[in-house]
Amino acid sequence: MAEGEEPMVVDGGNGDRSDWQGRWDHVNKFLERAGPFTHPDFEPSTEALSGFRHIHVVDMDTIDISNLNRQFLFRPKDVGRPKAEVAADFVNDRVLGCNVVPHFKKIQDLDETFYKQFHIVVCGLDSVVARRWMNGMLLSLLIYEDGVLDPSSIIPLIDGGTEGFKGNARVILPGMTACIDCTLELYPPQINFPMCTIASMPRLPEHCVEYVRMLLWPKEKPFGDGVALDGDNPKHIQWVYQKSLDRAAEFSITGVTYRLTQGVVKRIIPAVASTNAVIAAACATEVFKIATSAYVPLNNYLVFNDVDGLYTYTFEAERKENCSACSQMPQDLQFLPSAKLQEVLDYLTENASLQMKSPAITTTLDGKNKTLYLQTVASIEERTRPNLSKTLKELGLVDGQELAVADVTTPQTVLFKLNFIS
Amino acid sequence: MTDHKTSKEQKYDRQLRLWGDHGQEALENAHVCLINATATGTEILKNLVLPGIGAFTIVDGHKVSGEGVGNNFFLTSSSIGKNRAQAATELLQELNSDVSGNFVEESPDKLLDNDPEFFHRFSLVIGVQLPESTCLRLGSVLWDAGVTFLVCRTYGLIGYMRLIVKEHTVIESHPDNALEDLRLDQPFTELKHHIESYDLDSMAKKDHSHTPWIIVVAKYLEKWYSEHNSQLPKNYKEKEAFRQLIREGILTNENGKPEDEENFEEAIKNVNTALNPTKVPSATEDIFNAEQCENITSQSPSFWVMAQGVRDFVRNEGNGKLPVRGTIPDMIADSDKFIKLQNVYRDKAMKDAAVVSKHVEALLQSVGKPPESISEQKIKLFCKNAAFLRVVHCRSLAEEYSMDTFNKDEITSCMDSEMVLYLMLHSVDRFYQQHSRYPGVYNYQVEEDINNLKLCVNSLLQEYSLNVNVKDDYIHEFCRYGAAEPHTVAAFLGGSAAQEAIKIITHQFVPFNNTFLYNAMSQTSATFQL
Repeated sequence: MAEGEEPMVVDGGNGDRSDWQGRWDHVNKFLERAGPFTHPDFEPSTEALSGFRHIHVVDMDTIDISNLNRQFLFRPKDVGRPKAEVAADFVNDRVLGCNVVPHFKKIQDLDETFYKQFHIVVCGLDSVVARRWMNGMLLSLLIYEDGVLDPSSIIPLIDGGTEGFKGNARVILPGMTACIDCTLELYPPQINFPMCTIASMPRLPEHCVEYVRMLLWPKEKPFGDGVALDGDNPKHIQWVYQKSLDRAAEFSITGVTYRLTQGVVKRIIPAVASTNAVIAAACATEVFKIATSAYVPLNNYLVFNDVDGLYTYTFEAERKENCSACSQMPQDLQFLPSAKLQEVLDYLTENASLQMKSPAITTTLDGKNKTLYLQTVASIEERTRPNLSKTLKELGLVDGQELAVADVTTPQTVLFKLNFIS
Repeated sequence: MTDHKTSKEQKYDRQLRLWGDHGQEALENAHVCLINATATGTEILKNLVLPGIGAFTIVDGHKVSGEGVGNNFFLTSSSIGKNRAQAATELLQELNSDVSGNFVEESPDKLLDNDPEFFHRFSLVIGVQLPESTCLRLGSVLWDAGVTFLVCRTYGLIGYMRLIVKEHTVIESHPDNALEDLRLDQPFTELKHHIESYDLDSMAKKDHSHTPWIIVVAKYLEKWYSEHNSQLPKNYKEKEAFRQLIREGILTNENGKPEDEENFEEAIKNVNTALNPTKVPSATEDIFNAEQCENITSQSPSFWVMAQGVRDFVRNEGNGKLPVRGTIPDMIADSDKFIKLQNVYRDKAMKDAAVVSKHVEALLQSVGKPPESISEQKIKLFCKNAAFLRVVHCRSLAEEYSMDTFNKDEITSCMDSEMVLYLMLHSVDRFYQQHSRYPGVYNYQVEEDINNLKLCVNSLLQEYSLNVNVKDDYIHEFCRYGAAEPHTVAAFLGGSAAQEAIKIITHQFVPFNNTFLYNAMSQTSATFQL
């Protein structure tokens, strides 16, 4: 812009050079005017608008060519670069005044000082574990005074997910509405093929691929000792594909293709631009509603499916009274004193409401902190493994014993109370 | 067998798993027309360009305004004053170099005046934010030309889509929960022989426990028949007794305790659906009875030629049943038994498809077309999906609007739902006709326009003799919207409309029929057939 030229301004004249006449026309009607369906607390105002400007994006991934059919902020030249950085660059360039800050990290690499700064958190994660972690993080930021929740400590979580032509969007007000863990049963655990089928009784082409992935690869180590199967390495997939064909031929099974092979190895979920656009839009609408208080947000779960026509279903997911993440209620464990620690471990992983991945159990014995079992560090796993076959009584645990359990599904430890049954 | 895929195969991998290479080919041969590159329009097109549509043409006579950039990701402030069709084409084109982007700087009305056949070249025309008169005019032209028309509109927090297509056939509808085609109620000869080859009572435990549940059910069904006058278990009580019969067949160990026979558990679990009588589904029956199926000419699309071929099969060699589908679900069994059983179904499916092929060939010849004009592959696909065929007819806009044929019943019976939004959209169209603008665009207009809009609502209801009540709240809200096109609502429609467009182009999955309404306030939606 030439020197001395008047910058275009919008109502309020904040002198922001990134605005032009009419920029906010499609939005300001919702903020300047009262209406019959607005939020009861909404008060229209004609304050100058600036759009959503302060956005941080966290993503641990780099761009893959297979992302390009739907991830519209990325181009072929960006393959290999971190998603967060490319997305930030694109948006900052395209949307004047917007300042997206990228974080090429896992969500777990950031702590409460990071997450505390936000008004709203939006997730488009690719696993239930990650969702539970984020859910737990926002729950950990809640402040209770004399048992009463301080509403200013609530950071709304808007979560979206898709699979093929299906998707869902939900609004979570931590501490107030159903959280991810309250509705864990909505995500049934992934069922894998039984081992005996894979090892000796394959029937489907998928069984053949799993055989190669789980049994043949560790045995033959085709690319060297300690080299793990990398689903993104075409040479690895090619090897698996050929061996899967051999396995299939042995049992007269047809249907093994390269595409099928890669799909099984990488657990690929089909994805298209359209479903993601719908769910992202629904989530963004909720961000708008919450940020502006203009409308009552979605309460609280939307399901979408456009295989046959377009189908939506909206319902209020209920809080679970004894939710292990948000209820603040002590979690009960009922076991015989003669039960082995392994049974407790199995319960933590297999119970539909807990679905932990690799729980680490610690407790206080004789005034000292003791790790009963921990899987994620090899040396500690080895040391504590014998505890699994000991009974709870043998381990010195008493009725009412408090067990602290840590797991990838939550940033905070979950406290359990051990109740002995007879 | 390539050891690395082409970059297109890699790029489109995630969607190829949904609509296959043939679906992708159909997409890449399609040319879609978008009228009006508003936020809604560009969001729709984005979701067609990314998956690799062959070509698009934007028809838009408008210039880019400051307001139009504010809600549109595919326009920038540097294009203010320029032609919107061109500006949007540039930013959409760069999403995917496989796609050919074109633009025409002209309003659709002008085009219809000067070159009415302009739209005939497109696979699909998507009209966005069109005034009612343009919509109706274009609708009539496209209906006569046989070009599918998808109308989309974002109005405040409301999204609207209307699909207009005389006849849309679907072979691959990909139903979510399809019942298997096992023929246990009427096993074909080859299946009967295969079942006979098993003698459960004389099997070693390993074989007994790894016999496919289909065989188990078949064997116990024979037992049941002998005790029940060859009648299938019909009601809950009988099915329960049948399940018990199977349960009693589970081997026991030396202490009399039942062994762990998962295949028998599977058999018991599947009794409910496995004994369903094999019959032609009503949707397929309707297709057989349709006039297009009965009267095959040299102009008949291959769908109807194949339909008659299958119909003839059903009436003759099929004995009232469709060609065998040929697939069975996975089940606990050893490889050998499972593969052999699977092959019995597969071979029968191939045999049936070959018979259907003969019918189809004869049909083609009878209308003077070469028998190769419909490939074996296509016929096989048709036979495999014979139970899932769908035909969608979406009425014309003229029929929807006409006093004689508008769907009064649907409107009056659905007033508790998003239907009221449909009436509001019609009302704002009336307002536009009268005032050459939409209600409430400027703050000072809102108050006055509420009364004017109410008059439009009432005149609409009166004209169509609709004895329904439209709450004042909606009239107020629609004035409040000021015909705004918020980006997030446009984007929701963008995804929805693009997927419907893909369904139309690929002839896979089932399109909606025919009016879709989305309410972003409540995050609810509904589909009406108007």
